[in-house]
Amino acid sequence: MASTSTAQQDARIKRSMRNDRIATGVLTLIVGIVMLIVVSMVVYILAQGIGQLFQPGFLTEASRSNGTEGGIAYQLFDSFYLLILTLIISLPISLGGAVFLVEYAPEGPVTKIASTAIETLSSLPSIVVGMFGFLMFSVNFGWGYSLISGAIALTMFNIPILTRVIQQALEDVPSSQRDACLAMGLTRWETTIHVLIPAAMPAIVTGVVLSAGRVFGEAAALLFTSGMSSPARLNFLSLNFASPTCAWNIFRPGESLAVHIYKIYGEGSPEAQHIVWGTAALLMICVLLFNVLSRIAGNALARRMTAE
Amino acid sequence: MAKQMPKRSLEKVGLSVTGACVALVTLVVVALIFMVAQRGLSTFIKDGVNIAEFFTGTTWNLAITNEETGLPFTGALPLIVTSFAVTVISTIIALPIAIGAAIFVVEIQPKFGKQVFQPLIELLVGIPSVVFGLIGFHVIVAAVRAIFNVELGLGILPGSIVLALMILPTVTTLSIDALRAVPDSYRQGSLALGYTRWQTIWHVVLKSATPSLMTAVILGMTRAFGETLAVRMVIGGVEVMPTGLLDSASTITTTLTTSMAVYATGSVENDALWSLGLLLMGMSLIFILIIHLIGAKGAKARG
Amino acid sequence: MTNETDQFLESVGSSEKSSRMTGVAISDEVVLETRDVNVYYGDHHALNDTSLTFHKGEITALIGPSGCGKSTFLRSLNLMNREIRGCRVEGEILYQDRNINTSKENLYELRRSIGMVFQQPNPFHKSIRENITFAPKRHGLKDKAKLDQLVEESLRGAALWDEVKDKLDQSAFALSGGQQQRLCIARTLAMHPDVILFDEPCSALDPISTLAIEDLMNSIVKDRAIVIVTHNMEQASRVSNRTAFFYMGEMVEYGETDQIFQRPNDKRLNDYLTGMFS
Repeated sequence: MASTSTAQQDARIKRSMRNDRIATGVLTLIVGIVMLIVVSMVVYILAQGIGQLFQPGFLTEASRSNGTEGGIAYQLFDSFYLLILTLIISLPISLGGAVFLVEYAPEGPVTKIASTAIETLSSLPSIVVGMFGFLMFSVNFGWGYSLISGAIALTMFNIPILTRVIQQALEDVPSSQRDACLAMGLTRWETTIHVLIPAAMPAIVTGVVLSAGRVFGEAAALLFTSGMSSPARLNFLSLNFASPTCAWNIFRPGESLAVHIYKIYGEGSPEAQHIVWGTAALLMICVLLFNVLSRIAGNALARRMTAE
Repeated sequence: MAKQMPKRSLEKVGLSVTGACVALVTLVVVALIFMVAQRGLSTFIKDGVNIAEFFTGTTWNLAITNEETGLPFTGALPLIVTSFAVTVISTIIALPIAIGAAIFVVEIQPKFGKQVFQPLIELLVGIPSVVFGLIGFHVIVAAVRAIFNVELGLGILPGSIVLALMILPTVTTLSIDALRAVPDSYRQGSLALGYTRWQTIWHVVLKSATPSLMTAVILGMTRAFGETLAVRMVIGGVEVMPTGLLDSASTITTTLTTSMAVYATGSVENDALWSLGLLLMGMSLIFILIIHLIGAKGAKARG
Repeated sequence: MTNETDQFLESVGSSEKSSRMTGVAISDEVVLETRDVNVYYGDHHALNDTSLTFHKGEITALIGPSGCGKSTFLRSLNLMNREIRGCRVEGEILYQDRNINTSKENLYELRRSIGMVFQQPNPFHKSIRENITFAPKRHGLKDKAKLDQLVEESLRGAALWDEVKDKLDQSAFALSGGQQQRLCIARTLAMHPDVILFDEPCSALDPISTLAIEDLMNSIVKDRAIVIVTHNMEQASRVSNRTAFFYMGEMVEYGETDQIFQRPNDKRLNDYLTGMFS
């Protein structure tokens, strides 16, 4: 009797050890496949498009024939211009909102409604934001397809991300820093401006640059707001901001790299396909740069702060 | 020497400036919800589209007028079914991979997970959706065409695969956080009772992380349901009731992309599109609500 | 006369001695006083009817087991509890013949007069000089010469000048823990406060730094009142003139330090001192 039970036990232990090995093997396989997919995706895009980037004129010429020929200079410019406009609008608002929620927010319905609103905004599909931007700014405000409409749509997309990042960064500053300021008779405002924000700066910079990468690749919110084409000719030297050909005019239509890919991905001509892949590679490189830059900038700032 | 502003006023300034930012955001969100609702409901109120017809009708064609009603065909069921189909299938594909990867990263190789796997998966978050769409269009659709021997290869299956890839980082990252949050004492207790690592993970770790894992899944579904361009590029964009996973179809979002700029604001056709927008917004609000309910239940269970 | 003083010093307790040696005796000049102070965190009643007086030139120690309400009480004195959401302070806190526990009180001015030093040294991510000048500048002092003078005077006051005078523009984080805490004291001294509140200032420090801080307290107490919350009973008996014992949200016993430590009246205080609980 005793020996059978021991045998049974042995078998059970063996079985569960085998299960453990199998499970570990399966999990390792899953992780391996996921990593393989990520790496091969990035490599594939770069391999398909990197040659096009070195074609003369691709990065410096305007596109022709509705984007199926020529370069992508204007799309590249518009992408960065949209990003900068978006950051100019969304950064102060997110900063203010985060400071309010972390430092001032009185307990009660007001704060609850505000944070629910921000959460709602973060979960809205970007196409809905785009539709709203189209109706509100392009139609109701009469701005038509314009960079400013696009930038505001992107702002709505970006604010929840930025607010959360900055909120987290401010909350991560040790509360003893805040106490020290307040105990010397300083206001929360001064505390935030002179002590908390500087201390949270590395995390804020990392978050802002990462969010910039997301904004840079967003397209759905832009289709109906900034439009799907850039003017045929842009004058970068013009300072007549009302002119439709002035590159800096925020009321002219514009097309980002991501929108450009969407516009011409189905075009069959080899030339157009080269342009699509070249644009995708450029977009990927920019996103990777944002990714790397965010880490470098954050780390450099953090080092400077502790070393000075 | 500049005169100092009295501290009390300074504090009021700070409160007003930051409060104004929050108020602005709140106002915009309220305006958005109100406007989408108003436009979306006017299809039923002003234009006289039957709300039941909208949800159950199987023909969506804004270009043709229905002789009986004098209105365009606005049966949104095919779009709704397709949207749910891609959302559910992509979640079914992504979920085991995400949880498996999370278990590996948290329980088996934490160091490797932190230093190699997580940065890599975060890279996936940053890849723009049109790039996913492009790869889907050129690689996944071609593969589907070759494997299943179909003509186009566009449809719900490639759409779901692309979406699965897109929500994978979200679900994985949140699952990793969920498993990390399980206290080590649970694991040690289980191991001390003679359970193997695998039994511990299965019976103890995953079980106690279930609410957080569910939140991860819902957030992934929220993203899948609202994703637009990547799906648009691989699904075909034909607004018919899907009959199989390999036929061209169209989700709510993809129909919006193709038709929104076509019809003038205020027309019945345009209003019908806003109704779809309202449906999208309603779903994302429902997803948020579910997440809150899970959170509240979890908080209650913890006491 | 000198002889008499020496003889007298031989006969008094150590806390008495330290205050005599700095030329300060138990004084009658009340700087700060509380009357029936109650503190609530939401529904939780954290401190019950506490009435105490703090005298010029004296160090008062607040002792008691963790969670007894002593830190809560300390944070009421400069209205820092107002910064905690859901915290409510009731009762009168009298400073310069007025009740400061009112919504009309200008707490920004008040906190210049009632300074605070915290448990963890918490200098700012700024240079040593800026750590001192930051708050005075924000309070309107812009004159460079005066600021320089203030830096030197405060650092001398905190016995830190000789150690840092050559590296005023280096980061405060390059200093040791004890030096950082003395910098925090210097920062507080720069505001010329009438009262300084110490919230377990030595609990993060080594014994030598602890003694340095205690010496420092003795040297800066002359023109002001000091209130110190401490877990360390030797510290309380070494530095303080008076001691208040808190237990479970109540101020149980208050008196001159020697009396509290040598002839406690309350059984709970006696139990605490003999290590029945901590």
